[in-house]
Formats: sequence, structure tokens, C-alpha cells
Amino acid sequence: MRTPASTVGGAAAGGPSDRLTGMHLRGSALTVAYGPQPAVLHEVSVDIRPGSFTAIIGPNACGKSTLLRSLARVLSPSGGHVLLDGTDIARMRSRELATAMGLLPQQPGVPEGIVVADLVARGRHPHQSVFSRWSREDERAIAVSMERTGILDIAHRSVDTLSGGQRQRVWIAMALAQDTELLLLDEPTTFLDITHQIEVLRLLRELQEAGRTIVAVLHELNQAARFATDVIAMRDGRIIADGAPAELFTPEKMRAVYDLDCRVISDPGTGSPVVLPR
Amino acid sequence: MTAVPAGAMPVRIGPWSLLLRPRLIVTSAGLLGLAAGILLLSLCLGDTTIPPEHVVRAFTPDAPRLDRMVVVEWRAPRAVAALVFGACLGVSGAIFQSLTDNPLGSPDVIGLNTGAFSGVLVVMLLGGAGAGAIAGGAVLGGLLTAGLVYALAYRGGLQGFRLIIVGIAVSAMLASANTWFSVKAALDVSMQAAVWGAGTLTGLRWGGLAAVGMGGALLLLTLPWLSRWMRALELGDDTAAVLGVRTEVAKAVLVVVGVVLTSMVTAVAGPIAFIALAAPQIARRLRRSGSFDPIGSGLVGMLLLGGADLIAQHAVPGGRLPVGAVTVCIGGGYLVWLLLREGRRA
Repeated sequence: MRTPASTVGGAAAGGPSDRLTGMHLRGSALTVAYGPQPAVLHEVSVDIRPGSFTAIIGPNACGKSTLLRSLARVLSPSGGHVLLDGTDIARMRSRELATAMGLLPQQPGVPEGIVVADLVARGRHPHQSVFSRWSREDERAIAVSMERTGILDIAHRSVDTLSGGQRQRVWIAMALAQDTELLLLDEPTTFLDITHQIEVLRLLRELQEAGRTIVAVLHELNQAARFATDVIAMRDGRIIADGAPAELFTPEKMRAVYDLDCRVISDPGTGSPVVLPR
Repeated sequence: MTAVPAGAMPVRIGPWSLLLRPRLIVTSAGLLGLAAGILLLSLCLGDTTIPPEHVVRAFTPDAPRLDRMVVVEWRAPRAVAALVFGACLGVSGAIFQSLTDNPLGSPDVIGLNTGAFSGVLVVMLLGGAGAGAIAGGAVLGGLLTAGLVYALAYRGGLQGFRLIIVGIAVSAMLASANTWFSVKAALDVSMQAAVWGAGTLTGLRWGGLAAVGMGGALLLLTLPWLSRWMRALELGDDTAAVLGVRTEVAKAVLVVVGVVLTSMVTAVAGPIAFIALAAPQIARRLRRSGSFDPIGSGLVGMLLLGGADLIAQHAVPGGRLPVGAVTVCIGGGYLVWLLLREGRRA
């Protein structure tokens, strides 16, 4: 028998906020190459600070998604290792990894006609088995994650009928139901209008403040500056710079990453840097 | 709790738990009831009609010998085979449509039945006879075809649509090879192959059914595990991997189980088309499970093939049709409708 989900982190009950062990995710010298083309990742090393909201930014096709997918073991790098609390994730059991780290891919598949509650429930997969299909812990985690994402009132609707913003919240709820300490998201705000973008980022920030480690590929620089605690800037399969938003969003670094000529001012309300392209 | 899907009821006994969904229970019971009705009907009907109470009595030790022979030895194997084979085809169809994420991605469309048929023809041409050799040939033919379609459709990943197109092409090639084999073969082999190639349950006896019945039952026992994988894989390979499914292993196992189910049926009854194509979609609409559900699909397949075989035996007075011909006729209409619908959506 497997260990019941509620004791994974040592605490008797409750969500990941109750069992903060500060899982440490690191990638060392990750290289990903497809055939004879130039490598998508060149010996990239990252250190995701436990408890951070880390944004990965960079121009299109710079290897952001590839890095995220390698960190989540969806992709096996041709060189280097990903370490979770010092253990190479390539050697971890699938279920063990799945209860520690979740990933929301860019375009997950939606089974035709599935209702919201059923889709969210699928996030419980690693905690379930053929004989344990709907434990109290499952039910609690599903309810909590639907409440967090504000989708309780649409729980019985078909996912096909939802708007882009609602759908994204449903996906995040599914990833939350997986109840992992680390949550990786590949462009969670793409295809959303500005209101829903901010809503999703706020939610991620709340989750981070409640103790999870969030890693997200983001496109909008000013949103990354405002919501992330740590930023990794990539270009051509390499990390150009990393650090807190205030250190990273400078005209020099933006030029190095994007070839962008810009000014950086301080948001009068929040104090976070705002990038203004010239 | 709102976390529980509408109408569903959690049941927990110790560490075991599951979610009872009334709709699934009611539809399962209904489908099983209808299948039992078809079974009884096909035991009653025939050259001589035997009333239901005599049919039931035929299975008891004090039955008249003639009733016993007609019902238990002649009619029952065929009637049971229609239901068991239909279930196998329905499950196989659900597995492949789930893997390809496409209502056209069923084993009969992507050429697995044709490939299994080729396997049998090759065995026959090599002088092989006996249920074991035929079944082996069918399963091998089905697996080789699946391997070929997979290899031709693979481009750094598997795309459902490409797999279907490649499957249709491979299926057409194999069908012409089958015709050529039949022409080249000796007349008796050729005749045998032609009858068998239309898909028929005529002349089935318990002996021929036993192997498929037991094999099928063993494979059906794996369904709870398989459908768990299917539910994760339907969210996309990345999500399934993140949820802790070893996607390549899971897919390989699903393909093998699906191929073996469909090939075993083909080995005994010949290629029976359209059950695997239609059953998963009917089950999906009937049960609204939001997913391909192999159990529902198996139940619907049972009913479809059982019903088709009743029609095949009794629709034309005096003449008996191969059941494959009936499923092709019913299924052809369905396929046209499906293509129109998919065409409109695309």
C-alpha cells in the first residue's frame, strides 16, 4: 500500500501550506538539443529559491518552455541533471515526483464534454489508485482548490462552454488539486484578457504567499516585475541574468535580453519596476 | 460538498473508496438487461422456435435431448460469442479512440482487423490449421500492423490524426494483399477465407469460443487500471506525465491490449467492422462520463454485435447473412454521419 497523501509532508492534515519543507529545485548544466539543430538549452543551471514566485522571461523561442519542461521531467535533457532536494528527478518514482511537483502545460487537452468538477478531480491522480478513487483527502483537496480559484459556482458546467479565463482557472484548480509544493506553469496568462491575467497572477502570488513555490513562464515584463519575487531572463538557450525584479529590470539588462531600448521607472503605487520601451 | 460531481455519492470502506455515479449504474444495468434480452431471444429463435421456458429448462439436467442440443450446443455458443466479441471490440475501440483522441481512430479504421486477417491468411497459406495457429497469426498480424502504422505515423511524437490517415492507407494496402493471397491460395483455403473474411459467427462451438472468452475476461480484468491511464492521457502527454503516468509504458500496454482484444475476435469470427468505431461514441453520449469509458463502451459493443447478429440470422427469411455484413451496413450509415459531423466542425 502506498502512503496516504495526508502524511506525505509529515503533517497530519491540511494542504501544502501546513507542510512546508521548502523543497529545493535545481537544474545543473541542462542541455537540450534536437538533432543537428543548435541546442535549445546550453548548459543552463538554475536554482529555484524555495518559497519564491520565480518568473522566467525572454524573447520567443529562447528556451523558456524547454527549461520548464525539463525541470518537470516532461522532457529528458540530453545533458545535465535536475535535482529536487538533492535527488536526481530522473531516478525518482513517477508517483513520488507527481506528489511533489505539478506542471500546467501551455495547451492541455480537454476531454470532450467533461464537467469542471471531474476535470479538477483528475489532478488527484497521483494520490489515487484503482482501489482508492475518492478518499476524504481527495474530496477536501478538490473542494479547496475549486474554492481558491473561485470556480465552485461553475463546478457542474461543461468545460467546453467556459470562457478562456474560466478555463484557465479550472486548469490551475486541477494543478492545485494535485497538492504539490512546487507548481510550474507554462504561460498561464496567454490568451487571457488583462483582467483575467491579473486575476491569475494574483492567485499565483497568493499561493506563493501561502507557502508554495511557483515557477511560471511569463511574457508581460511589467507583470513579472510586479508579481514575481525572482526573475530568470533567458536568451538563445542561455540564462542572461537572474535576480530580484528590482535588480533585473534595468535598461542595460533589457537590452542584453531583448535588444530593447527602454526606460525603467518605479510604479508609484507598488514601487515595482515598470519597463517603458522607447 | 460541492466537490462531488452532481448526483454522485462517495462510498468509503477502510482505505478503499470510490465515487458512485447513478447515471453509470443505471445505464450499465439497462445495457446488461437489454443484452440478456438479446441472449434469450437468440436462444429462442431459429429454424424451430423454442419458447423461453424451454430454453431455460434446456440448461438443466432433466432437459429433453433435442432442446439441449439445439439450445446449449448450437445456439448458445453463437449467442454468447456475439456478446463477448462485441464487448471485446467495444473496449478495443474505446482504447484506440482515447489514444488517438479522435472518433475515427478505432482499430477497424486504422487497419488492425485487416492486419489480423492478413496474419490468418498467411498462416492458412503456410498450411497452418487449428485454433492456436489461427489465433497466433491474427494477434501477430494485428501487432505487426499496429507497429507498422505507429512507425510510419511517428514524427518525434504521435499525432492522432496522422495515425488515422496512415492507418487507412496501410489498411487499404493490406486489404489488397489479402485479396491477392485469397486468389493465390488453393480453392478450399480461398473459400474458407472468403466466408471467414466477411465476419461471421456461424458454426461457432464452445471449443472455439473458450480461448477468446478466457483471454478476453483476463484482459477485461485490467480495465480499472487501463481506464485510469486513459483518463490521464486524455489530458495530453505532458499533463499525464506530470500526474505520474509513465506515458510511453502506458501507451504501449494500452496498444497491446487493444490489439490483442480485436485480433482475438478476428481470429475466431473474421474482421467485424464498426462495432469498435460506434460503441465508444454511443457509450460516451449515453453515459456522459466526459471521457472514453471502456466499460460502457464494452457494454454498448455487446449490445450492438448481439443485435446485429440477431438481424443477420433472422432478417432475411431463409437466408443467413454474415454478421460482418450487417455491421458494415449499420456502421456505414454511422460513418457517413460521423464524417459529415467532423467535417463540419473542422
